[in-house]
Amino acid sequence: MKQQLQTTWPALIALGALYIYLAFAAPGFYSAANLRDIALANAALLLVATGMILVIVLGQIDISVGALFAVCSVTCGTLAKMGLPMILLPLIAVAAGTALGAFNGALVSFVKAPSIVVTLATMVAWREALRLVTNGAWIEGLPTTFQWFGFGQQIGEAIIIILTLLVFGALWWSSRNLSAGRAIYATGSDPEAARLAGIPTDQVAFWVFAVMGALTGIGALLNAVRFSDVPANSGMNLELKAIAAVVVGGTPITGGCGNFLGTLIGVILLGSIGPALIFLGVNPFWEKAIQGGIILTAVLLEAIGTWRGRRAVELA
Amino acid sequence: MLLEANGIQKSYDGVKALTSVSLDLRAGEVHALIGENGAGKSTLIKVFTGAVQPDGGEIRLHGDRVDNNNPARAHRLGISAIYQQPALFPHLSVAENIAIATGDEKLWRRVDWPTRVARAEHLLQHIGATISPDALVSSLSMVERQLVEIAKALAVEASVLIMDEPTASLGQQDTRNLFRIVRELRARGKGILYISHRLEELFEIADRVTVLRDGNNVGTRQIREVTPEELIRMMVGRELETLYPKLDVPPGEVALELRGVCCEPFEIRNVNLAIRHGEIVGLAGLVGSGRTQLAEALFGLTPISQGNIYIEGKGVQIRSPRDALQAGLAYVPEDRRHHGVILEMPISSNVTLASLNHFAKHGMLQRRAERSVAQWWKDRLRFNAPSVETLTKNLSGGNQQKVALARWLITQPKILILDEPTQGIDVHAKSEIYHLMGTLAEKGVAILLISSEMSEILTLSDRIAVMAKGEIVSTLGQKDANPDEILRLALGRKVS
Repeated sequence: MKQQLQTTWPALIALGALYIYLAFAAPGFYSAANLRDIALANAALLLVATGMILVIVLGQIDISVGALFAVCSVTCGTLAKMGLPMILLPLIAVAAGTALGAFNGALVSFVKAPSIVVTLATMVAWREALRLVTNGAWIEGLPTTFQWFGFGQQIGEAIIIILTLLVFGALWWSSRNLSAGRAIYATGSDPEAARLAGIPTDQVAFWVFAVMGALTGIGALLNAVRFSDVPANSGMNLELKAIAAVVVGGTPITGGCGNFLGTLIGVILLGSIGPALIFLGVNPFWEKAIQGGIILTAVLLEAIGTWRGRRAVELA
Repeated sequence: MLLEANGIQKSYDGVKALTSVSLDLRAGEVHALIGENGAGKSTLIKVFTGAVQPDGGEIRLHGDRVDNNNPARAHRLGISAIYQQPALFPHLSVAENIAIATGDEKLWRRVDWPTRVARAEHLLQHIGATISPDALVSSLSMVERQLVEIAKALAVEASVLIMDEPTASLGQQDTRNLFRIVRELRARGKGILYISHRLEELFEIADRVTVLRDGNNVGTRQIREVTPEELIRMMVGRELETLYPKLDVPPGEVALELRGVCCEPFEIRNVNLAIRHGEIVGLAGLVGSGRTQLAEALFGLTPISQGNIYIEGKGVQIRSPRDALQAGLAYVPEDRRHHGVILEMPISSNVTLASLNHFAKHGMLQRRAERSVAQWWKDRLRFNAPSVETLTKNLSGGNQQKVALARWLITQPKILILDEPTQGIDVHAKSEIYHLMGTLAEKGVAILLISSEMSEILTLSDRIAVMAKGEIVSTLGQKDANPDEILRLALGRKVS
């Protein structure tokens, strides 16, 4: 826990600085409507980033989550339009996500293909497949039972935010308190040592990718119900944002350690920049550049940390 | 005098690797350096090549003191080392590897390929090697790679060549060939420091021999004036037995039996071995004789390809560490930092890792139970750590080893395999581990002890199996075993 706080402070300071500055420069940012919009817009990102923590702790990477997100969104939208009862859609979303994630997982853990290559391939494959099937057309004219789960905007929004936080909290808790969580950390720290200790490292990897897919599926559904139609290209660059949020939150990309609190802050930080720029009257095209700058700073801080650590070992 | 070491001292984490070693190497001689594993040979080589800094003493080259030695400096001064596993770039050609070693090409100049290739060709011809300069190193055999290393050393006009077990992976014909080249280098006035486990070789190639034991130079002799038996005696020493009194445990039923066990990838052949409850069987042999590989095969890391394993008389299939664990085996590996413990985890999570099921209810970890068990072991094995939540990477080697041991003892194994359990840890922790082994044997645990430390094997084991080249060449009772005998068997010499 102490270690987790140590790696969290850079993101926390950056977020604090941004929000304090906004309080003076653009108090309008603090309107309830704006804050709620930020929360809603980034709920899906938080879910995907949470899965990404597990993948990164495992010492792997998943860059197909954006494509998975799109497939799940379109699937949910299409089925809803076909008249599938709303109550079944969460199951469909989770099942579709899990299946796609498990496919990645099988290739990574049993075929032993490098995860960056596997998920690069599936990223392109699912994206292009989706484009072929939909011809790039949006799924429009969704039934009213679909939007906000048919509960109306306010309740719908509450459901999205509460559900996201619940899932996030459950995973955070599980990572520390389930033996499965322990197995992920052990495998990520040192796969050979973990295998020697009798941990089925291949199965661990498989299930982490499956869970990553499931979380992407939930995220896709929670995102889709906010709108009256589903764009065929949803989830663009989602993988980049998710990885960025995890790294900015102080999780080293090398595996074995994970920082849930930091990731939450990372999501808020990266998600706040776009709206902040609008309130500050800065050209919103700066958003990507600033996000890039933040990621670079996070990586540099980590590099300096490792460098210091290594020096300390050498001097000892 | 070409190269001199005077009173070199070096400790790692307070463990003495070299206590004041002096050695000299003349131009035009082959000077053999021998000693048991852990005697300090590697450390001494590293001091010469600048890979480690000595804590005390000095090195002189051509009579000039070499201060602040480092690999680049040693290289420039003409000290080249050729390791058992050649350090070449596998995806580059022979000529490129040689050119990189010389480092005299300008970074931004166009590469002068014809000169490069011609030079490599010339050097290779010089040592009688028929290797194409354009060949990729990855396509070369082990001996060819060593020849490339020699060519590299010649390219930089090294005056000192350190050869670390160059023949370990070579067949007879290749060894002959290598020796011819070594003699030629000697004739040309190079000083060659030659490290080997194979005593016969030394009598063929060396002029003088220095024996290291426990970080001391126990003698430098003309090779003509010593016998192999004398060298063995010098390597092993005579002060044994006193530190660790052996407990006499009457052995019980057979706990583990191997019948005709082979493991193809490791060239483990036809191993037969039985260990009884309460018995400690030592597995002696040189590094590379297949001891660790046998343990890994037994534990399912690289499952056996032939033969049968019986545990308490029942045949078992061990295809993975998980199977081994369920069958009642435990394995504390040699490389504890990489395989024994997980450095980024606290002590408490480390000790429970192999028995997570016992600490989880419906998959939920019982952190309290985990901590209290860890605390119990911490007290019992006396981990020197502030708390059980201390990260394992912050512990000393001896304490990490105790954590690794605790992890496996919690599984309550019937059979415990210990691979070099006391390597690199201090005397105090060593004796604690020895006492623990005694206690476990008393409780009926069958222990297979792999160790390169002769005194450890001799004093702790009830029986000693000696391995050489993937086979158990002999099994000795405690009373018949003596260091000379074991070393002779391990070296593959006929008993005279």
